[in-house]
Amino acid sequence: MTVHRIMGIETEYGISAPSDPHANPVLLSSQVVNAYGVTVMPHRPRRMRWDYDVETPLRDARGFDMTRADADPSQLTDDDYGLANVVLFNGARFYVDHAHPEYSSPEVTNPMDAALWDAAGDRIMEESARLASKLTGQLLTAYKNNSDGKGVSYGTHENYQVDRATPFPQLVRYLTPFFVTRCVYSGAGRVGIGQESRFPGFQISQRADFFEAEVGLETTLRRPIINTRDEPHADPESFRRLHVIVGDANMSQRATYLKMGTTSLVLSMIEDGFLDFDLQLFDPVQAMHQVSHDIDFTTVLGLRNGKTIKALEIQRMYLDAAHRYVESQGIDDAMTLDVVAQWQRILGSLESDKMSLVNEVDWITKYSIINGYRQRDNAQWNDARLAAVDIQYADLRSDKGLARVLQAKGRIASLFTEEEIHQAVQMPPADTRAYFRGMCMRHFTNEVAAASWDSVIFDLGPDTALKRVQTIDARGGTESLTSQLFGQNLGVADFVARIESSQV
Amino acid sequence: MSERESVSKSKSRVEQDEVVIAPVVQTNTQDVTDLLDEIDIVLEQNAEEFVKSFVQKGGE
Repeated sequence: MTVHRIMGIETEYGISAPSDPHANPVLLSSQVVNAYGVTVMPHRPRRMRWDYDVETPLRDARGFDMTRADADPSQLTDDDYGLANVVLFNGARFYVDHAHPEYSSPEVTNPMDAALWDAAGDRIMEESARLASKLTGQLLTAYKNNSDGKGVSYGTHENYQVDRATPFPQLVRYLTPFFVTRCVYSGAGRVGIGQESRFPGFQISQRADFFEAEVGLETTLRRPIINTRDEPHADPESFRRLHVIVGDANMSQRATYLKMGTTSLVLSMIEDGFLDFDLQLFDPVQAMHQVSHDIDFTTVLGLRNGKTIKALEIQRMYLDAAHRYVESQGIDDAMTLDVVAQWQRILGSLESDKMSLVNEVDWITKYSIINGYRQRDNAQWNDARLAAVDIQYADLRSDKGLARVLQAKGRIASLFTEEEIHQAVQMPPADTRAYFRGMCMRHFTNEVAAASWDSVIFDLGPDTALKRVQTIDARGGTESLTSQLFGQNLGVADFVARIESSQV
Repeated sequence: MSERESVSKSKSRVEQDEVVIAPVVQTNTQDVTDLLDEIDIVLEQNAEEFVKSFVQKGGE
């Protein structure tokens, strides 16, 4: 087993109208999602449905054509503006969730693709805010972060397809110490300690303070380190979709790649029953906060078995296990070996010279700027510029976002060229059902009535029932399986009929 | 007692309501100067207003 598995990232973005701090965020979110939707799919009937309900009369939805030139600000919202939703050409879902615009990446099979289609989401979000700003005449700005520093948090969730046969208690036992300490390379940094940033200082993780439980179903309060949501969007007998809510949003592509890669590898080790160390923490929630609050990694954490350990030592044990695992399984997959090598290099740097990671670990980049202001200008912790750096680091605009600017200047390492990211904005991954979904949106833009992760629903016209095509297998609907069918350029009725008869 | 020693002795956990001190890290001065010059140009001019107006609703 390697770092390859079905995975994806959902990102809730911060949204702001600087000239109107009291603007309704559900309205703002709707405006940006709809601005993008009407621009890339100008001839679609008004709203793309996500959840299909046979009782709902989809057929009487008012449909009207809208082109970019015609769009009026009021048309960017409708009565149910919280339900703005677009399924994109790259197979992603872009919609409004809990007063935030959210980009749910297409399913991918590996951490490099996860980082690529995540970066694509950032460009889509940036473009959407730009379009909505133009259309409404009011500047709208978007942020890839997880807190406003005033007591509120929103998530960047990772999804991993896991073998259903793996007992859930094993996942809890072996993922908890890993998640409590993973922030040392995946954290995005935050000015202020505590949910309301009441205490001065800088911490490693944006999200850590908002975690209050070890295991649970909630995602908006009493957030648990291990989330028990069980919606596999696949054969429930074979697969589980592990829904991970502990992570920070990363601007650094390398950080995203490492975060997804190491987690996927740890999951492989757990699935294969390879881990047998006892790292169960005495109080995982408190440990999570402590690890985040200690940028020098000196805090001693208590284990249930009475022993003590530090954060980097915990990560070192997972890395050592990964080395043994790769060797004992004879794994020669290049990406897996690379993830292990990067993990080793970064952990080594964290142990000896963490500031050398300023070009790839987000919290260290952010801290180097903040530390710089403290050094040069004697800025105190209550200096607004420090909090401004924290927020503006995640501004998605290429000319204003601190991380974007640093990346353009080569101060933050990139994994992808802008051309590659642009491709991922337009095209779905080739090796999952996202390919089928995205290509259906491209070929049948105005005839897809609704879609979800495991289905595409076609509207064949007023006198025909809606047709649903199931895509239960995440590894189905790939380019190799379906490109020939798309290449035939069939009309929608023939296309659906062809699928019905041949069960592609 | 060196500054580093006194800082490491006084650093303590927030849970005990003691002040958290993150000592200034001494780094390569020229590199940091260049970095800050680049950030100075881009950083929001009215930092206080910007930070105050950045308010979000809770999400997942």
